[in-house]
Amino acid sequence: MNAPTARILRRAAVIALLAIAATFALDPFRNYQLAVAAACFAAVAGLSVLVGLTGQLSLGHAVLMAAGGYGYAITASAVAEALPGAPALAFLTGLLGAAVVAGALGLLLGLAAARLTGPYLAGLTLALVIALPSAANVIPALSGDQGRAAPFFAVPDGLASLIVVEQWHAWLAIAVAAVAVTPLVILRRGRGGLRMRAALGDETGARLAGVDPGRVKAGAFAMSALSAGLGGAVLALATQSVSPGAYGLGFSLLLVVAAVVGGLGSIGGAALGSALVVVLPWLVDTFAGTLPADLGRRLNGNLAVLLFGAVVIAVTAAAPGGLARLLGRLPRPASPRAATPTTEPHEPAQNPER
Amino acid sequence: MDRLVFLLSSGLARGAVLALFALSLVIVWRSARVVNFAQAAMAITAVYAAFAITAASGSYWLGLLGALAAGALLGALVERGPLRFVRGDDPLSGMIIAIGLVMVLQAGLAMAFGPEHRPMRAPFPERPLMIGEIPVLSPYEVFVLIVAAAVMCALALLFGKTPLGLKLRAAAFAPETSRLLGVRVPRMVTIGWMLSVATAALAALLLVPTELGLNPHAADLLFVDAFAVAVVGGLDSPVGALAAGLIIGILDSLVTGYATAAAAPLAVLVLLTGVLLVRPRGLFAAADRRTG
Repeated sequence: MNAPTARILRRAAVIALLAIAATFALDPFRNYQLAVAAACFAAVAGLSVLVGLTGQLSLGHAVLMAAGGYGYAITASAVAEALPGAPALAFLTGLLGAAVVAGALGLLLGLAAARLTGPYLAGLTLALVIALPSAANVIPALSGDQGRAAPFFAVPDGLASLIVVEQWHAWLAIAVAAVAVTPLVILRRGRGGLRMRAALGDETGARLAGVDPGRVKAGAFAMSALSAGLGGAVLALATQSVSPGAYGLGFSLLLVVAAVVGGLGSIGGAALGSALVVVLPWLVDTFAGTLPADLGRRLNGNLAVLLFGAVVIAVTAAAPGGLARLLGRLPRPASPRAATPTTEPHEPAQNPER
Repeated sequence: MDRLVFLLSSGLARGAVLALFALSLVIVWRSARVVNFAQAAMAITAVYAAFAITAASGSYWLGLLGALAAGALLGALVERGPLRFVRGDDPLSGMIIAIGLVMVLQAGLAMAFGPEHRPMRAPFPERPLMIGEIPVLSPYEVFVLIVAAAVMCALALLFGKTPLGLKLRAAAFAPETSRLLGVRVPRMVTIGWMLSVATAALAALLLVPTELGLNPHAADLLFVDAFAVAVVGGLDSPVGALAAGLIIGILDSLVTGYATAAAAPLAVLVLLTGVLLVRPRGLFAAADRRTG
């Protein structure tokens, strides 16, 4: 193992331990929110690396999370029923199921993505999100609109006197998020990240240098899907259910918001963005609850979305790079390319036919 | 047999709406080289304007005119407003700004009008007419087909036969040369947006009475289907959008009728994936003629 990788692993362990220590300062509901934020973090980190480094905008990461959630719920329930005495085994096989299902879907999408440019991929992933409720109704294993229950994992006996179940789930969530995100950090730092930037910067140049852009894009999509799938497993663990309604278009767009606001390509930014998309709606809805009933009902759930939309436009227009660049964690882009006349509609870079 | 005729004819009406919406995506793609992911939210905002006008005046036709005007205005505002911030070297930023717009518009509508489905009445009866024993189109579906055909002919005349249409096409295909020849390219792009969103608003207005009712998300599925239509037909090809719109409308109707309504979005997804895998830029996409 080379030195940078070891440093990343050490840092990941320290951050995860700090986050676990922080759960003692939070009440059960805050710990539940932390678990949800950790789930989003895993998905948003994958999305952010995908969009920031390879320029592939996926509007369908909620479906990849749902794939992970279903994979987790189905496998974990099956193992928990077969071997009632081994919750750890059920949980771990559940995670494996999540990774397999989400990874397989991600690889399929990645193979498509390798051939597509921006708007086509975004449209395809959007169609995927819209089709999720249909898929849940058509595929019997997904049990329709009401979805599947995921097994409940109680606090282990040794810890039962110390922590409550929400805190235990937050611990598991943090651990899984660490396992999901750390490989992304290593990938981004290393040769993989270099290849992704090369393929984004200049496909022909990358090809001349022996980098196959199609393979890089497909691989990036699959990696990102794995991370999102583990995030979906965590969400299924925390909410003990997985249903198509929870992974709709609104949630999928929130993941994009988190990645954009945090700063595309930045892992730390993804953490900030995920915390924001979990905490801000809750804050706004709490505020809306204090208003008169009719006004509160109208604002509930909508005001936060409106704010997020406005923030996304503002960030994209005024501060591309998001929080991460504002905090100095992402480098500013090198000198801007030759300025195109502002009066002209833009033509996207041409993808040579493969 | 009766059922097949009925499904084919109602699929034709749905296909006309789809083709109209897909055409709006084609117009904006041709004039500005963007896929407007906010098209559904912008169209449904214009339909809410029509809804308010119809509720206030009691006239469907005033509402229809209002939807067209609101769509055109919204198109101009969005093109002159948020989209001016799109950085020229980055196709992502336009899509992300459009996503922000979707969230702002849909949440704003839900706050202003409430999230419930509001029933919207069609100007003509929706019960199918019988030819012999076979139910075929309803008067409203006939109206939809006539309006869609009229708008498409009008757009074809506008783009093909008028000086404005020539300038619009010139600005889209060779912006630099057009500017040298005195065409106001930015104005042409704005007009393209106005035409596009007004067309989309009309398509959404025609769709809503046949669905559950007016809701901020009422056009989301229409957008996805129309995107599939535009991709199958080629984002550059109005004729392709028309043909693919009718094909997908009928496919949708057949799947809904013979399998289940739930399977229709899946069928569209499968078709979209298949087409994109074979032809990453759509079935009828012409070679890229645009320079500069």
